[in-house]
Amino acid sequence: MSILLAVFLGVVVIILAILAIYHSNLKIAIIATGVVGLFSSIIYLLLAAPDVAMTEASIGSGLTTIIFFYVLNKIRKSNG
Amino acid sequence: MVKKGLILLILVGFVAIISNLLINFTGSEELNPLAKHYAEKGATEVGAANLVTAVVVTYRGFDTLGEVTILFLTAAIVGFFLKVYHRDNQREEKLRKTSEILVTASTLLVPTIFMLGVYIFINGHLTPGGGFQGGAVIATGVVMMIMAKPNVTFNHKLLALLESISGVGFVAIGVLGVLLAAGFLDSTLLPMGKFGTLLSAGVIPIIYILIGLKVGSELTNILGSLKETQNEI
Repeated sequence: MSILLAVFLGVVVIILAILAIYHSNLKIAIIATGVVGLFSSIIYLLLAAPDVAMTEASIGSGLTTIIFFYVLNKIRKSNG
Repeated sequence: MVKKGLILLILVGFVAIISNLLINFTGSEELNPLAKHYAEKGATEVGAANLVTAVVVTYRGFDTLGEVTILFLTAAIVGFFLKVYHRDNQREEKLRKTSEILVTASTLLVPTIFMLGVYIFINGHLTPGGGFQGGAVIATGVVMMIMAKPNVTFNHKLLALLESISGVGFVAIGVLGVLLAAGFLDSTLLPMGKFGTLLSAGVIPIIYILIGLKVGSELTNILGSLKETQNEI
């Protein structure tokens, strides 16, 4: 069961990572990056690494997403 | 065409080098001597129920000090480049109204997230997690607070003071270890206590509380300065 879940999450993570690189809308790309962090934290939990899972969930999906959004907003403003 | 062929050639070369490693790889059945020492003697030498903490704070405590320094430098550089030139607290930003659900949920969730973060770093020597994780969880609580109330302001002086005190305290504990115990950041500075209780593992809980406060205030400071420079060009 947990192997099936891990494989499913792994496939979703790879798809979202490709989406994050190639999508032309930056907002969708940033959200895809955040979801990659969230799902990979579940994978870390399944691999029995709760410490890394905690770090990944809070930094990878929480903080970097909002920092990317702030930077995107700032770049848009300075470009007019 | 030639360029793509060259890239393909390089990739094939990498595959040839790495596949050799992959084919000959056999997982070792037993731990190497260093890991064996940590796994067998960690509990008695350091007294921490969470062996990861024993390695991170005591055996590799100097590396942790380096990580804290890196995070401090990052926060300092972000603060330097995002200097707020026109701090203007009177002018309210014209923002889209926050959703009712987010505001209501945040009044319940923000204190709970803060409490979870504090729990994680106080119990760093017993349960998974530690100073870095706890601090990062506190910072995600701050993110939620900013999203629910976009006009919230931060007391940067208080955050900087908290961060400096924790950083100096961490180094001071390390130096006290040199003077009173076996070496820099040695955890036997305080009595070991009963294995598995909150007041055990010597000085590790104090170090993790300091690291948690430091990381939390640093990340909050970065978020606060990013937020305050949003309506500047």
